[in-house]
Amino acid sequence: MASNNSIKKTLIVAFSLCVVCSVVVSSAAVVLKPKQVQNQELDRKSNILQVTELYKPGDNVDEKYAELITPRVVDLKTGKYADNLDPETYDQFEAAKDPATSRTLSGEQDLAGIGRQENYATVYLVGNPDDPEQIVLPIRGQGLWGLMEGFLSVRGDGNTIVGLSYYDQSETPGLGGEVDNPRWKAKWDGKKIYADGGDYQDPQIHLVKGGASGEYQVDALSGASLTSRGVTNMLRFWLSDEGFAPYLARFHHDSQGGA
Amino acid sequence: MAKDSVRDVVLSPVFKNNPIALQVLGICSALAVTNSMSVSLVMGLAVIAVTAFSNLFVSLIRSHIPSSIRIIVQMTIIASLVIVVDQVLRAYAYDMSKQLSVFVGLIITNCIVMGRAEAYAMQNGPVMSFLDGVGNGLGYAVILLIVGFVRELLGSGSVFGLTVLPTVQNGGWYVPNGLMLLPPSAFFVIGLFIWVLRWFNPEQVEKTEYRIVANSKAKIKETANV
Repeated sequence: MASNNSIKKTLIVAFSLCVVCSVVVSSAAVVLKPKQVQNQELDRKSNILQVTELYKPGDNVDEKYAELITPRVVDLKTGKYADNLDPETYDQFEAAKDPATSRTLSGEQDLAGIGRQENYATVYLVGNPDDPEQIVLPIRGQGLWGLMEGFLSVRGDGNTIVGLSYYDQSETPGLGGEVDNPRWKAKWDGKKIYADGGDYQDPQIHLVKGGASGEYQVDALSGASLTSRGVTNMLRFWLSDEGFAPYLARFHHDSQGGA
Repeated sequence: MAKDSVRDVVLSPVFKNNPIALQVLGICSALAVTNSMSVSLVMGLAVIAVTAFSNLFVSLIRSHIPSSIRIIVQMTIIASLVIVVDQVLRAYAYDMSKQLSVFVGLIITNCIVMGRAEAYAMQNGPVMSFLDGVGNGLGYAVILLIVGFVRELLGSGSVFGLTVLPTVQNGGWYVPNGLMLLPPSAFFVIGLFIWVLRWFNPEQVEKTEYRIVANSKAKIKETANV
Protein backbone atom coordinates (compact mmCIF):
# COMPACT_ATOMS: atom_id res chain seq x y z
CA MET A 1 0.00 0.00 0.00
CA ALA A 2 2.96 2.26 -0.47
CA SER A 3 1.11 4.16 -3.20
CA ASN A 4 -1.41 5.28 -0.59
CA ASN A 5 1.33 7.22 1.13
CA SER A 6 2.52 9.20 -1.85
CA ILE A 7 2.11 12.94 -1.49
CA LYS A 8 -0.25 13.06 -4.44
CA LYS A 9 -2.57 10.40 -3.05
CA THR A 10 -2.51 11.97 0.41
CA LEU A 11 -3.53 15.34 -0.97
CA ILE A 12 -6.25 13.84 -3.16
CA VAL A 13 -7.75 11.86 -0.28
CA ALA A 14 -7.57 14.81 2.11
CA PHE A 15 -9.09 17.20 -0.41
CA SER A 16 -11.93 14.97 -1.55
CA LEU A 17 -12.78 14.01 2.02
CA CYS A 18 -13.00 17.68 2.96
CA VAL A 19 -15.24 18.45 0.00
CA VAL A 20 -17.59 15.54 0.70
CA CYS A 21 -17.80 16.24 4.44
CA SER A 22 -18.36 19.97 4.02
CA VAL A 23 -21.14 19.35 1.51
CA VAL A 24 -22.81 16.89 3.89
CA VAL A 25 -22.49 19.18 6.92
CA SER A 26 -23.60 22.35 5.18
CA SER A 27 -26.55 20.72 3.45
CA ALA A 28 -27.71 19.26 6.78
CA ALA A 29 -27.44 22.70 8.34
CA VAL A 30 -29.28 24.44 5.51
CA VAL A 31 -32.02 21.86 5.12
CA LEU A 32 -32.78 21.69 8.85
CA LYS A 33 -32.47 25.42 9.54
CA PRO A 34 -36.15 26.39 9.06
CA LYS A 35 -37.24 23.58 11.35
CA GLN A 36 -34.76 24.68 14.03
CA VAL A 37 -35.79 28.32 13.88
CA GLN A 38 -39.39 27.24 14.17
CA ASN A 39 -38.50 25.18 17.26
CA GLN A 40 -36.80 28.13 18.93
CA GLU A 41 -39.80 30.37 18.24
CA LEU A 42 -42.14 27.72 19.60
CA ASP A 43 -40.01 27.34 22.70
CA ARG A 44 -40.01 31.10 23.37
CA LYS A 45 -43.74 31.36 22.82
CA SER A 46 -44.55 28.43 25.06
CA ASN A 47 -42.34 29.89 27.82
CA ILE A 48 -44.32 33.13 27.66
CA LEU A 49 -47.65 31.32 27.62
CA GLN A 50 -46.71 29.11 30.54
CA VAL A 51 -45.98 32.00 32.89
CA THR A 52 -49.44 33.46 32.19
CA GLU A 53 -50.97 30.19 33.38
CA LEU A 54 -53.42 30.36 30.49
CA TYR A 55 -51.70 27.57 28.63
CA LYS A 56 -52.75 23.97 29.08
CA PRO A 57 -50.74 21.01 27.80
CA GLY A 58 -52.03 20.04 24.40
CA ASP A 59 -52.98 23.57 23.36
CA ASN A 60 -51.62 24.73 20.05
CA VAL A 61 -48.85 27.14 21.06
CA ASP A 62 -48.87 29.19 17.86
CA GLU A 63 -52.62 29.70 17.83
CA LYS A 64 -52.85 30.49 21.51
CA TYR A 65 -49.96 32.94 21.29
CA ALA A 66 -51.46 34.72 18.29
CA GLU A 67 -54.82 34.89 20.06
CA LEU A 68 -53.56 36.20 23.42
CA ILE A 69 -50.21 37.90 23.20
CA THR A 70 -49.14 41.29 21.84
CA PRO A 71 -45.45 42.06 22.18
CA ARG A 72 -44.42 45.71 22.68
CA VAL A 73 -41.06 47.37 23.22
CA VAL A 74 -40.77 49.57 26.31
CA ASP A 75 -38.31 52.38 27.01
CA LEU A 76 -37.16 51.41 30.49
CA LYS A 77 -36.23 54.95 31.50
CA THR A 78 -39.57 56.62 30.72
CA GLY A 79 -41.81 53.58 30.88
CA LYS A 80 -43.36 54.54 27.53
CA TYR A 81 -43.76 52.28 24.53
CA ALA A 82 -41.09 52.76 21.90
CA ASP A 83 -43.03 52.53 18.66
CA ASN A 84 -39.96 53.02 16.51
CA LEU A 85 -38.75 49.51 17.43
CA ASP A 86 -40.47 46.47 15.99
CA PRO A 87 -41.06 43.93 18.79
CA GLU A 88 -40.83 41.06 16.29
CA THR A 89 -37.29 41.92 15.28
CA TYR A 90 -35.92 43.77 18.34
CA ASP A 91 -33.65 41.52 20.38
CA GLN A 92 -33.04 42.90 23.84
CA PHE A 93 -30.27 40.42 24.61
CA GLU A 94 -28.32 41.60 21.58
CA ALA A 95 -29.08 45.20 22.57
CA ALA A 96 -27.69 44.59 26.06
CA LYS A 97 -24.29 43.72 24.55
CA ASP A 98 -24.06 46.83 22.37
CA PRO A 99 -22.83 49.97 24.18
CA ALA A 100 -24.99 52.14 21.89
CA THR A 101 -28.22 50.53 23.04
CA SER A 102 -27.39 49.72 26.65
CA ARG A 103 -25.77 51.15 29.76
CA THR A 104 -23.19 49.88 32.22
CA LEU A 105 -24.43 49.25 35.72
CA SER A 106 -22.18 50.29 38.56
CA GLY A 107 -21.65 48.00 41.56
CA GLU A 108 -24.42 49.33 43.76
CA GLN A 109 -27.01 49.59 41.02
CA ASP A 110 -26.28 46.15 39.73
CA LEU A 111 -28.32 44.09 42.19
CA ALA A 112 -29.06 41.41 39.63
CA GLY A 113 -25.38 41.05 38.67
CA ILE A 114 -25.94 41.44 34.94
CA GLY A 115 -23.26 44.06 34.22
CA ARG A 116 -25.03 45.75 31.32
CA GLN A 117 -28.67 46.60 30.88
CA GLU A 118 -30.46 47.35 27.62
CA ASN A 119 -32.35 50.65 27.23
CA TYR A 120 -35.39 49.02 25.73
CA ALA A 121 -37.07 45.78 26.75
CA THR A 122 -39.74 43.66 25.10
CA VAL A 123 -42.87 43.05 27.17
CA TYR A 124 -45.76 40.78 26.25
CA LEU A 125 -49.30 41.98 26.82
CA VAL A 126 -52.04 39.42 27.38
CA GLY A 127 -55.52 40.26 26.13
CA ASN A 128 -56.43 43.75 24.97
CA PRO A 129 -53.12 45.64 24.49
CA ASP A 130 -54.67 48.92 25.71
CA ASP A 131 -55.98 47.40 28.90
CA PRO A 132 -54.08 44.13 29.34
CA GLU A 133 -55.16 41.33 31.64
CA GLN A 134 -51.54 40.45 32.28
CA ILE A 135 -48.13 41.87 31.47
CA VAL A 136 -45.24 39.46 30.98
CA LEU A 137 -41.86 40.98 31.82
CA PRO A 138 -38.50 39.44 30.92
CA ILE A 139 -36.13 39.30 33.90
CA ARG A 140 -32.68 37.88 34.42
CA GLY A 141 -29.95 37.86 37.04
CA GLN A 142 -27.24 35.85 38.73
CA GLY A 143 -28.22 32.79 40.69
CA LEU A 144 -25.65 30.65 42.47
CA TRP A 145 -23.97 29.08 39.44
CA GLY A 146 -24.89 31.36 36.61
CA LEU A 147 -27.35 33.61 34.90
CA MET A 148 -31.01 32.74 35.41
CA GLU A 149 -33.39 33.96 32.71
CA GLY A 150 -37.13 33.98 33.03
CA PHE A 151 -40.44 35.76 32.80
CA LEU A 152 -42.53 37.43 35.49
CA SER A 153 -46.20 37.86 34.78
CA VAL A 154 -48.11 40.68 36.48
CA ARG A 155 -51.83 41.45 36.41
CA GLY A 156 -53.24 44.52 34.67
CA ASP A 157 -53.00 46.58 37.86
CA GLY A 158 -49.21 46.47 37.52
CA ASN A 159 -48.89 45.19 41.06
CA THR A 160 -50.28 41.67 41.50
CA ILE A 161 -48.07 38.76 40.46
CA VAL A 162 -49.47 35.87 38.43
CA GLY A 163 -46.35 33.77 38.09
CA LEU A 164 -42.60 33.58 37.84
CA SER A 165 -40.92 31.05 35.64
CA TYR A 166 -37.34 30.48 34.51
CA TYR A 167 -36.62 29.06 31.09
CA ASP A 168 -32.88 29.00 31.52
CA GLN A 169 -31.00 28.37 34.76
CA SER A 170 -28.15 26.18 35.95
CA GLU A 171 -28.88 25.99 39.68
CA THR A 172 -28.06 22.87 41.73
CA PRO A 173 -30.54 20.13 40.80
CA GLY A 174 -32.83 19.29 43.72
CA LEU A 175 -31.96 22.47 45.66
CA GLY A 176 -31.83 25.74 43.69
CA GLY A 177 -33.09 23.83 40.67
CA GLU A 178 -36.43 23.64 42.49
CA VAL A 179 -37.23 27.09 41.02
CA ASP A 180 -38.76 24.93 38.29
CA ASN A 181 -40.97 23.02 40.73
CA PRO A 182 -44.64 23.74 39.95
CA ARG A 183 -45.48 23.67 43.66
CA TRP A 184 -43.04 26.47 44.38
CA LYS A 185 -44.09 28.43 41.33
CA ALA A 186 -47.72 28.23 42.43
CA LYS A 187 -46.83 30.22 45.55
CA TRP A 188 -46.33 33.39 43.54
CA ASP A 189 -49.91 33.74 42.39
CA GLY A 190 -51.62 36.75 44.02
CA LYS A 191 -48.50 38.17 45.70
CA LYS A 192 -48.05 41.96 45.56
CA ILE A 193 -44.97 43.81 44.35
CA TYR A 194 -45.39 47.32 45.76
CA ALA A 195 -46.93 48.53 49.00
CA ASP A 196 -50.45 49.91 48.56
CA GLY A 197 -50.46 53.48 47.41
CA GLY A 198 -47.32 52.49 45.62
CA ASP A 199 -43.81 53.59 46.30
CA TYR A 200 -42.41 52.47 42.98
CA GLN A 201 -38.80 53.05 44.03
CA ASP A 202 -39.03 50.26 46.52
CA PRO A 203 -40.50 46.89 45.54
CA GLN A 204 -41.54 44.94 48.63
CA ILE A 205 -41.68 41.43 47.24
CA HIS A 206 -38.98 39.07 48.56
CA LEU A 207 -38.24 35.52 49.60
CA VAL A 208 -38.09 34.58 53.29
CA LYS A 209 -36.73 31.53 55.04
CA GLY A 210 -39.33 29.47 56.85
CA GLY A 211 -42.96 30.52 56.89
CA ALA A 212 -43.72 33.27 54.45
CA SER A 213 -46.66 35.37 55.54
CA GLY A 214 -48.48 38.26 53.94
CA GLU A 215 -48.68 39.33 50.38
CA TYR A 216 -45.09 40.53 49.93
CA GLN A 217 -43.37 37.31 50.99
CA VAL A 218 -42.76 34.00 49.28
CA ASP A 219 -41.10 30.94 50.84
CA ALA A 220 -37.41 30.70 49.99
CA LEU A 221 -36.13 27.46 48.48
CA SER A 222 -34.91 25.14 51.21
CA GLY A 223 -31.20 24.43 51.04
CA ALA A 224 -30.69 27.11 48.41
CA SER A 225 -30.01 30.39 50.20
CA LEU A 226 -27.89 31.82 47.41
CA THR A 227 -30.35 30.97 44.65
CA SER A 228 -33.14 32.49 46.77
CA ARG A 229 -31.07 35.61 47.30
CA GLY A 230 -30.46 35.79 43.56
CA VAL A 231 -34.20 35.57 42.89
CA THR A 232 -34.98 38.32 45.42
CA ASN A 233 -32.23 40.58 44.08
CA MET A 234 -33.23 40.15 40.48
CA LEU A 235 -36.87 40.95 41.30
CA ARG A 236 -35.81 44.00 43.31
CA PHE A 237 -33.68 45.18 40.42
CA TRP A 238 -36.12 44.64 37.57
CA LEU A 239 -39.07 45.99 39.53
CA SER A 240 -37.22 49.09 40.77
CA ASP A 241 -36.63 52.39 38.99
CA GLU A 242 -33.73 50.77 37.15
CA GLY A 243 -36.12 48.27 35.62
CA PHE A 244 -39.83 48.21 34.95
CA ALA A 245 -41.10 50.46 37.78
CA PRO A 246 -41.73 53.53 35.55
CA TYR A 247 -43.61 51.30 33.13
CA LEU A 248 -45.66 49.50 35.81
CA ALA A 249 -46.46 52.81 37.54
CA ARG A 250 -48.39 53.83 34.44
CA PHE A 251 -50.83 50.98 34.98
CA HIS A 252 -51.39 52.12 38.52
CA HIS A 253 -52.34 55.60 37.32
CA ASP A 254 -54.35 54.24 34.45
CA SER A 255 -56.46 52.04 36.66
CA GLN A 256 -56.99 54.85 39.19
CA GLY A 257 -57.80 57.35 36.47
CA GLY A 258 -60.26 54.94 34.89
CA ALA A 259 -62.04 54.34 38.18
CA MET B 1 -10.66 -11.33 10.67
CA ALA B 2 -13.96 -11.48 8.83
CA LYS B 3 -14.87 -14.70 10.63
CA ASP B 4 -16.55 -12.97 13.59
CA SER B 5 -20.21 -13.87 13.69
CA VAL B 6 -22.79 -11.09 13.49
CA ARG B 7 -24.13 -12.10 16.87
CA ASP B 8 -20.75 -11.82 18.54
CA VAL B 9 -19.94 -8.50 16.93
CA VAL B 10 -23.18 -6.90 18.07
CA LEU B 11 -23.63 -8.53 21.47
CA SER B 12 -20.18 -9.02 22.92
CA PRO B 13 -19.61 -5.25 23.43
CA VAL B 14 -22.80 -5.07 25.45
CA PHE B 15 -21.75 -7.22 28.39
CA LYS B 16 -18.61 -9.25 27.68
CA ASN B 17 -16.43 -6.49 26.31
CA ASN B 18 -18.31 -3.37 27.29
CA PRO B 19 -16.55 -0.17 26.24
CA ILE B 20 -17.41 1.60 29.48
CA ALA B 21 -17.34 -1.23 32.00
CA LEU B 22 -14.32 -3.18 30.74
CA GLN B 23 -12.32 -0.74 28.65
CA VAL B 24 -13.41 2.23 30.78
CA LEU B 25 -13.75 4.48 27.73
CA GLY B 26 -16.22 7.32 27.25
CA ILE B 27 -16.69 7.87 30.97
CA CYS B 28 -16.85 11.68 30.77
CA SER B 29 -20.12 11.93 28.90
CA ALA B 30 -21.53 9.01 30.89
CA LEU B 31 -21.14 11.17 34.00
CA ALA B 32 -22.68 14.28 32.50
CA VAL B 33 -25.85 13.15 30.76
CA THR B 34 -27.19 10.36 32.97
CA ASN B 35 -29.33 12.28 35.47
CA SER B 36 -32.50 11.21 33.70
CA MET B 37 -33.52 8.21 31.63
CA SER B 38 -34.86 10.08 28.64
CA VAL B 39 -31.70 12.15 28.21
CA SER B 40 -29.59 8.98 28.56
CA LEU B 41 -31.68 7.26 25.90
CA VAL B 42 -31.30 10.06 23.36
CA MET B 43 -27.58 10.32 24.05
CA GLY B 44 -27.25 6.53 23.65
CA LEU B 45 -29.06 6.62 20.31
CA ALA B 46 -26.90 9.51 19.12
CA VAL B 47 -23.72 7.60 20.00
CA ILE B 48 -25.00 4.41 18.34
CA ALA B 49 -25.68 6.37 15.15
CA VAL B 50 -22.28 8.05 15.19
CA THR B 51 -20.21 4.92 15.94
CA ALA B 52 -22.12 2.82 13.41
CA PHE B 53 -21.85 5.29 10.54
CA SER B 54 -18.31 6.41 11.27
CA ASN B 55 -17.26 2.75 11.25
CA LEU B 56 -19.14 2.22 8.00
CA PHE B 57 -17.56 5.16 6.20
CA VAL B 58 -14.06 4.58 7.57
CA SER B 59 -14.31 0.96 6.50
CA LEU B 60 -15.56 1.89 3.01
CA ILE B 61 -12.55 4.02 2.28
CA ARG B 62 -10.05 2.12 4.44
CA SER B 63 -7.95 0.90 1.53
CA HIS B 64 -7.50 4.47 0.29
CA ILE B 65 -6.60 6.16 3.56
CA PRO B 66 -2.92 7.16 3.63
CA SER B 67 -1.56 5.97 6.96
CA SER B 68 0.11 9.33 7.62
CA ILE B 69 -3.21 11.17 7.84
CA ARG B 70 -5.49 8.33 8.91
CA ILE B 71 -6.33 9.81 12.32
CA ILE B 72 -7.30 13.12 10.73
CA VAL B 73 -9.41 11.33 8.15
CA GLN B 74 -11.26 9.38 10.87
CA MET B 75 -11.68 12.54 12.91
CA THR B 76 -13.13 14.47 9.98
CA ILE B 77 -15.66 11.76 9.27
CA ILE B 78 -16.64 11.49 12.94
CA ALA B 79 -16.88 15.26 13.38
CA SER B 80 -19.09 15.63 10.31
CA LEU B 81 -21.41 12.89 11.53
CA VAL B 82 -21.64 14.44 14.98
CA ILE B 83 -22.60 17.81 13.52
CA VAL B 84 -25.28 16.17 11.39
CA VAL B 85 -26.66 14.31 14.43
CA ASP B 86 -26.63 17.54 16.44
CA GLN B 87 -28.50 19.41 13.71
CA VAL B 88 -31.08 16.63 13.42
CA LEU B 89 -31.65 16.64 17.20
CA ARG B 90 -32.10 20.40 17.17
CA ALA B 91 -34.67 20.10 14.44
CA TYR B 92 -36.64 17.12 15.69
CA ALA B 93 -35.97 16.82 19.43
CA TYR B 94 -35.46 20.40 20.48
CA ASP B 95 -36.12 19.92 24.21
CA MET B 96 -33.68 17.02 24.36
CA SER B 97 -30.99 18.90 22.49
CA LYS B 98 -31.35 21.77 24.96
CA GLN B 99 -30.74 19.38 27.85
CA LEU B 100 -27.87 17.61 26.14
CA SER B 101 -26.39 21.01 25.17
CA VAL B 102 -22.69 20.61 24.44
CA PHE B 103 -22.55 16.90 25.12
CA VAL B 104 -23.79 15.96 21.67
CA GLY B 105 -20.93 17.97 20.19
CA LEU B 106 -18.57 16.25 22.59
CA ILE B 107 -19.36 12.84 21.08
CA ILE B 108 -16.50 13.81 18.75
CA THR B 109 -14.11 13.37 21.63
CA ASN B 110 -15.72 10.16 22.84
CA CYS B 111 -12.92 7.61 22.80
CA ILE B 112 -15.28 4.77 21.90
CA VAL B 113 -16.03 6.22 18.47
CA MET B 114 -12.47 6.76 17.39
CA GLY B 115 -11.28 3.63 19.19
CA ARG B 116 -13.61 1.48 17.08
CA ALA B 117 -12.76 3.28 13.85
CA GLU B 118 -9.05 2.74 14.44
CA ALA B 119 -9.22 -0.75 15.96
CA TYR B 120 -11.96 -2.39 13.92
CA ALA B 121 -13.13 -0.45 10.89
CA MET B 122 -9.60 0.00 9.50
CA GLN B 123 -9.25 -3.80 9.17
CA ASN B 124 -12.76 -5.06 8.48
CA GLY B 125 -15.44 -4.88 5.83
CA PRO B 126 -18.17 -2.23 5.84
CA VAL B 127 -21.06 -4.45 6.99
CA MET B 128 -19.20 -5.96 9.93
CA SER B 129 -17.78 -2.56 10.83
CA PHE B 130 -21.25 -1.05 10.84
CA LEU B 131 -22.48 -3.83 13.13
CA ASP B 132 -19.45 -3.43 15.37
CA GLY B 133 -20.33 0.25 15.66
CA VAL B 134 -23.93 -0.60 16.54
CA GLY B 135 -22.71 -3.12 19.13
CA ASN B 136 -20.30 -0.74 20.83
CA GLY B 137 -22.85 2.08 20.72
CA LEU B 138 -25.32 -0.32 22.35
CA GLY B 139 -22.78 -1.19 25.03
CA TYR B 140 -22.46 2.51 25.80
CA ALA B 141 -26.23 3.09 25.68
CA VAL B 142 -26.96 0.16 28.02
CA ILE B 143 -24.63 1.55 30.68
CA LEU B 144 -26.07 5.02 30.24
CA LEU B 145 -29.58 3.68 30.73
CA ILE B 146 -28.63 1.65 33.80
CA VAL B 147 -26.85 4.62 35.37
CA GLY B 148 -29.69 6.92 34.29
CA PHE B 149 -32.24 4.56 35.87
CA VAL B 150 -30.47 4.49 39.24
CA ARG B 151 -29.79 8.21 39.27
CA GLU B 152 -33.26 9.30 38.21
CA LEU B 153 -34.99 6.87 40.56
CA LEU B 154 -32.97 7.83 43.63
CA GLY B 155 -32.42 11.46 42.70
CA SER B 156 -35.85 12.51 41.48
CA GLY B 157 -38.03 9.55 42.42
CA SER B 158 -39.11 8.98 38.84
CA VAL B 159 -38.37 6.83 35.78
CA PHE B 160 -38.64 8.42 32.32
CA GLY B 161 -40.22 11.41 34.07
CA LEU B 162 -43.03 9.30 35.57
CA THR B 163 -43.20 9.47 39.35
CA VAL B 164 -42.38 6.18 41.07
CA LEU B 165 -41.40 7.43 44.51
CA PRO B 166 -43.39 10.59 45.34
CA THR B 167 -40.84 13.10 46.67
CA VAL B 168 -41.16 15.34 49.71
CA GLN B 169 -41.05 18.45 47.49
CA ASN B 170 -44.20 17.25 45.79
CA GLY B 171 -45.97 16.24 48.97
CA GLY B 172 -44.86 12.58 49.02
CA TRP B 173 -42.71 10.67 51.48
CA TYR B 174 -39.46 10.08 49.58
CA VAL B 175 -36.51 12.31 50.45
CA PRO B 176 -34.52 12.39 47.22
CA ASN B 177 -30.79 11.81 47.28
CA GLY B 178 -29.33 15.08 46.03
CA LEU B 179 -25.95 13.52 45.26
CA MET B 180 -27.60 11.33 42.63
CA LEU B 181 -28.48 14.41 40.59
CA LEU B 182 -24.86 15.52 40.47
CA PRO B 183 -22.32 14.03 38.03
CA PRO B 184 -20.01 12.40 40.65
CA SER B 185 -22.72 9.92 41.64
CA ALA B 186 -22.37 8.31 38.20
CA PHE B 187 -18.84 7.30 39.26
CA PHE B 188 -20.24 5.26 42.13
CA VAL B 189 -22.98 3.73 40.02
CA ILE B 190 -20.58 2.78 37.21
CA GLY B 191 -18.14 1.39 39.79
CA LEU B 192 -20.82 -0.77 41.37
CA PHE B 193 -21.95 -1.92 37.95
CA ILE B 194 -18.40 -2.96 37.01
CA TRP B 195 -18.16 -4.86 40.30
CA VAL B 196 -21.42 -6.75 39.62
CA LEU B 197 -20.38 -7.48 36.04
CA ARG B 198 -17.04 -8.94 37.16
CA TRP B 199 -18.73 -11.00 39.82
CA PHE B 200 -20.63 -12.78 37.05
CA ASN B 201 -17.68 -12.80 34.61
CA PRO B 202 -14.62 -13.36 36.81
CA GLU B 203 -12.41 -13.57 33.69
CA GLN B 204 -12.81 -9.80 33.31
CA VAL B 205 -10.83 -9.19 36.46
CA GLU B 206 -7.33 -8.03 35.51
CA LYS B 207 -4.32 -9.87 36.86
CA THR B 208 -2.68 -8.04 39.73
CA GLU B 209 0.26 -6.15 38.30
CA TYR B 210 2.00 -5.79 41.62
CA ARG B 211 1.34 -6.62 45.22
CA ILE B 212 1.36 -3.97 47.90
CA VAL B 213 3.83 -5.06 50.56
CA ALA B 214 3.80 -3.93 54.15
CA ASN B 215 5.66 -0.67 54.68
CA SER B 216 9.09 -1.97 55.69
CA LYS B 217 10.63 1.45 56.33
CA ALA B 218 8.00 2.34 58.90
CA LYS B 219 8.74 -0.90 60.69
CA ILE B 220 12.42 -0.19 60.96
CA LYS B 221 11.65 3.22 62.38
CA GLU B 222 9.26 1.71 64.86
CA THR B 223 11.77 -0.76 66.12
CA ALA B 224 14.45 1.92 66.24
CA ASN B 225 12.25 4.05 68.44
CA VAL B 226 11.68 1.18 70.79
